[in-house]
Order: sequence, then C-alpha cells, then structure tokens
Amino acid sequence: MSRLVVKGGRVIDPSQNIDRAADVAIEDGSVREIGENIDATGSEVFDASGLIVAPGFIDMHVHLREPGFEHSETIETGSRSAAAGGFTSICCMPNTQPVNDNATVTHFILERARERAVVNVYPIGAITKNSAGEELAAIASMKEAGIVAISDDGKPVMNARVIRRAMEFARSSNLPVIQHCEDLHLSAGGDMHEGIQSTRLGLRGIPRASEDVMVARDILLAELTGARYHVAHISSRNAMQMVAFAKSKGLSVTAEATPHHFALTNNDMPPYDSNYKMKPPLRDESDVGAIVDGLANGTIDAIATDHAPHPGDEKMQEFERCPFGILGFETAIGLALERLYHSGRIGLAHMVSLFTENPARILSLRRGTLKRGAAADLTIFGLEHEWTYDVARSPSKSRNSPFHGHKFRGGQVATIVRGQIVWRLNG
Amino acid sequence: MQKGLLGIAELSRGEIEEILSRARDFQPPPRQSFKRFDTLRGRMIVNVFFEASTRTRTSFEIAAKRLGADTLSITASGSSVSKGESLVDTLNTLGAMRPDAIVMRHSASGAPQFLSRYLPIPIVNAGDGTHEHPTQALLDARTILDRRATLEGLRIAIIGDIAHSRVARSNIYLLSKFGVSIVLCGPASLLPRDMAAIAPGVELTTDMRKAIRDADVIMMLRVQLERQNEASFPSNEYFQFFGLRPEHVQLAKPNVIVMHPGPINRGREISSEVADSQRSAILNQVENGIAVRMAVLEKVLAP
Repeated sequence: MSRLVVKGGRVIDPSQNIDRAADVAIEDGSVREIGENIDATGSEVFDASGLIVAPGFIDMHVHLREPGFEHSETIETGSRSAAAGGFTSICCMPNTQPVNDNATVTHFILERARERAVVNVYPIGAITKNSAGEELAAIASMKEAGIVAISDDGKPVMNARVIRRAMEFARSSNLPVIQHCEDLHLSAGGDMHEGIQSTRLGLRGIPRASEDVMVARDILLAELTGARYHVAHISSRNAMQMVAFAKSKGLSVTAEATPHHFALTNNDMPPYDSNYKMKPPLRDESDVGAIVDGLANGTIDAIATDHAPHPGDEKMQEFERCPFGILGFETAIGLALERLYHSGRIGLAHMVSLFTENPARILSLRRGTLKRGAAADLTIFGLEHEWTYDVARSPSKSRNSPFHGHKFRGGQVATIVRGQIVWRLNG
Repeated sequence: MQKGLLGIAELSRGEIEEILSRARDFQPPPRQSFKRFDTLRGRMIVNVFFEASTRTRTSFEIAAKRLGADTLSITASGSSVSKGESLVDTLNTLGAMRPDAIVMRHSASGAPQFLSRYLPIPIVNAGDGTHEHPTQALLDARTILDRRATLEGLRIAIIGDIAHSRVARSNIYLLSKFGVSIVLCGPASLLPRDMAAIAPGVELTTDMRKAIRDADVIMMLRVQLERQNEASFPSNEYFQFFGLRPEHVQLAKPNVIVMHPGPINRGREISSEVADSQRSAILNQVENGIAVRMAVLEKVLAP
C-alpha cells in the first residue's frame, strides 16, 4: 500500500464546501480522508504549510497536437507542461491529423496518454467528419471509446442545420457540444480584434459580432434541441449577455474563459507580435471587464487555457501568415490569482471551482473533488511567492507565450495525479 | 533599434520637419536635373520589393544614385521568395551580404516592423500592406509646403478606399501631428468608423461634396482592386459618387491643390480634366518623391 499525506495546508474543495486548515491522506491513488493532524507514520509526507490544497485542476480546452503535429507538441510534452501549470486533467481538442472523428483516433490518443502522459487526458471528439462541417462524425462510437464532449474547435460549424442535428445526437449520447463561436464569413481574413488598433496597424479585423451571431444562433438551437451547449473561450461582452440570458431561461448553456481573455486587451499587443495572435482575438477593456464580471457572477463556469502550441518558425513570419494560438498551461493559475483573486474580484473557493468542480460537472468527469474514494488528483498552490515566467524552461515543445518574463504573485507549487507527485516547484 | 524608417506614426514633428527641410535642399531648380552628391559613396542599398511597384522602386533607386550609393533591386517574382523561402530567411540571406540599408515593400502589414526586430540593418519601409507608406506622406507634405507656408490649420480631404490605403494612414499620422483638419471620404464599406479615432483632427463623411467644401488640398486615392477580396461597393457607381470631377473642384478653396499618389486610373477615381489641370500637383509629387527619399536615405545612413 502506498500512502501520501499532504500536511498543514489550507484545503479548499468547493465540491464539499470545505475551506479549512487540514491534512489530506491518500492511499493507493485515492483520497482516504481529510482531517486534522492525520498520523503520517510510515507515509510519504508533503509539507503544504502556507499553501492551498485543492482538487486537481482540470483544463477543459487544450491542443496536444498529436497525432500529426508532433513538431509543435506531443501528448507527453503537453501533459508535462500541464503538470507544470498545476493541471491534473486536460481535455484535448480533435483538430489533429487525422482529426479525432472516429473511435480509432480516440483509442490512439488514450493509449498514447496511458503510455506517456503524466496527467489525465480526456479526448474531445469532432462534431463533423474531418471537422469539415458537413457530415456528422462517429459520435456514439467515440463516446464508447472515451470522448467527453464534441467540438469542431477552430472550425466552427457554420451550417445551422448540421449543428442542430449534432445537438440532437449529442443529447442522446449525453455529451455536451462545445462550439468555437465565429461566423467565418464575418471574420474572414481577420488577424486581430476589429477596432482602433487593427485600423491603426492596417490589419484585417475580426469583429466582435462574428462571435456574437454564432453564440446567439447556437443558444436558440440549444433551446430547440435541449442539448447541453458550451461556449468555448468566450471573449465578447455581447456574447456574455447572451449566455446570461440563456442561463436565466434555464437552458443547459455553459461557458469558459481563457486567462488571456481576462488578462489582456488588444492594446497590450506590441505591434505585430504574433505571440498575441489567437482566436478569438484579444478584445478591448469593456470585454475584459465583462468577462471578469461573468467569472465573478457565475455566467462563466470554467477557466480553460486553450493551450495552443506552435513552433517558432511558424510564429516567425509576417503577422498575417502566423497561426493563431498561444501556450496556456503554466501561466493560468498565476493570471487567475493576479486578475481575479488578488484584485479582490473573486474569492479563492470560487476561483478553485472554476478550475475543478465546474468543468468536471460540464463534462461529467469523476474528477474535481477530494471526496473520500475519489482519484487523488491534487493541485497545490501558493498565494504570495513571487516568480517570473521563463518560457524557455517550459516542458512544452513550443515557446509562443505573451507572458514570457511576466512577474507573478503566487502560483502552482505541486501537482499530484492519482497519488503521485508529477511536478513540483524547483523539483 | 537601429535607425530606419518604419512609419510616420512613431516620428516626432521635429523629425518630420527635419526631413522635409532637408528634402528642399535636394529639389532641383526648375527644368534642371537633380544634382549629384557623394554623401553615400561606397554605401550599398538593397531595394527588396515583395510587391510590384515601378514608381516607388525607381524613385528610391534614383534617390540612392543621386547620393552616390550603390543600389541593387530585387523583386519577389525573380527571387527565392517564389521558391517558398520564408521572409526571415530571405532577409537574413540579404543581410549576410552586408548592405548598409534595406528598402522594402511588402504586401503584409507589419512585415518591416517584424524584420527590424531581427535584422541589425536599418530598414526603410516603402509600403507595407494596408499599414504605412511613410515616404509617400513625406513627399505629399513637401508638395503641399511648396505651395503653402505651413500645414497648420489647412483642411485636407482624403478621398477613396480609405480602409485599404497605407497612403491614407501615413498621411493621417503626419498631417495630424501638424494640426491639419482631415476629412476622410469614401464609400461607407471602405471607410471604417474607427479611422476617426486613430489620430486627432480626423472626421469622416461619405458625401464627397461635404468633404471637398473649402478644402485646401484634395488627395485622391487609387481604387485598389487588388486588395478587394470581396465586393465592398458597387464598382460601376464609384466614379459617379467618388470620382473627382471639375464641378467638385469648384467647391474647394480657389487655389486648391489636387494630389494623387499614382498610378492614376483616369475615369475611375479622377477625371482627366482635373488630373491634367492647373490645380493638379501630381507630377510635382513624383519629383518630390526623389528629393524626400534622398533626405530619408541620408538621415538613415548618415554616419
């Protein structure tokens, strides 16, 4: 029997309304008990004094690039970067090569994850074959193989009839539909948020409305079909209002926000710096304000990073030719603390729920809790220690982060997956 | 950053005045050729044009030669670019040949800014995408100042495809720094509302008569069919509503200056009567292009 006791920390588990000083005992990869002064004789001990001990953080929106784009990232390197960011579970989007649109690819991902990944990997299947937006993918067999949601992330389903059918099918398979909301006709050719900055820089704009119209359409279709519908990486203040409206009507509509969308605006981008190029694009102060409000008032359910590695040579091009997306894992907790907790907008337990019980509920994962018998996934983080992000030291294969050199106050200290310490600060 | 000239936005009024005043020294006396100087003797300037251009490239070549520099011009179609080499690799290769400056035009906004972060060689922007064309704005200002004592207080209308125009942006940045009131005019779909906020003193209108009324200067832009990836306006109506004709010129100040960065599309954005009239400064712009580019190259390469 292997036993680990995490001693002396402040345990925050929103799924049980726990927020108190306590020890956590782990046996054979499961949570045994939470209590005071647990006897650690004969156990491995992790000293968590001065630290927060939480259920393992879940990142419900990531790109691991394998199979097909292993020069950008692999399931192994991505999982190591996730662990270094304090995440114990990650959900990988299907836009690989081949696309995860059938059970064979799903099996491959899960098999590779079992062999190489240091954190839990949950695949998300495609909505349509090859994510081409036309024919439905093999959703039910992927569900049997282990997908936790469907999405054509990066290639939004433009045809309203197709997404309607997908919602109906997903409902019968008890899967949520995750949409990257972007009307491709409105955003066509765009490289950054449409506004004063794009006008100054002579870059084609991605209007806020390109996101809004698809969120609006999909909410109406979610009502029509009764599907569980999730808005990926919400970035627009208008889309926020629509999600709030959907929730007020009692629809099964949820939303996630990325750290970069609540931490940065398009004014923060040094001219033509492709490490600030992603979809949806960084918008303006009013949008960032709305997202922080949405996180605080519960309109937004989860924080997800949209970790999107791209190798240096792909980002070292003319801005308009650079691919969209940035790294996300290792700066997520630091940014959440900086923008949500230290700024006084969100309490710590609420912040933890955005990373744990909420994404677990959206995806029906048996994670995100420290209930007795649950898998012993723990994220241990500090609130005050100062550190500087050095992307050159990331386990990721890519380096595309706008937060290189950023100074953080507080962040991840250790990551425990099924009772094993898979990453620790300075470890 | 090494000195170069990437855009007007980042220049101060003083730096602009310095270039404009030096350009005056390089203007040839009437009916004479440009004087030769040997300020840049032994210096090598490479012109890299990733986008077709005859007049700007020729103008830079002449400017460099008049200053005694050696020049070499490369156009994208004849280079390794067409073989799939990346921009960074192309420029690194050129950089390894140790030119003293690179003059570049590129169809991507920000391409020179991007390269200037990696190359230790000064870069002069000869037009990047829909972003800036700084020497065009400088030569336009020189042309106006040849006919007016000051830019301060002038009313200048810029008319045409504002959205896709790097000439418009550079001119807006420059003129705004000198207290000009700028009126932008074009079809609504080519006139982004955010343009009014990119610099002080800018207003927008889709009514050409309103734009021109009491203008000191009318700058016509070329209709850039090559940058239209969609039908943003009904093109058969363009000349009717946004083409400059003699009856418009009547609305402006009596001594109005009519300008156009060229090449002009007669009958599309400007009528021949106006283009060839006394009010037209189009050929002076071309002439001033050389003088201004001499001043820019001298400033960039001065020891």
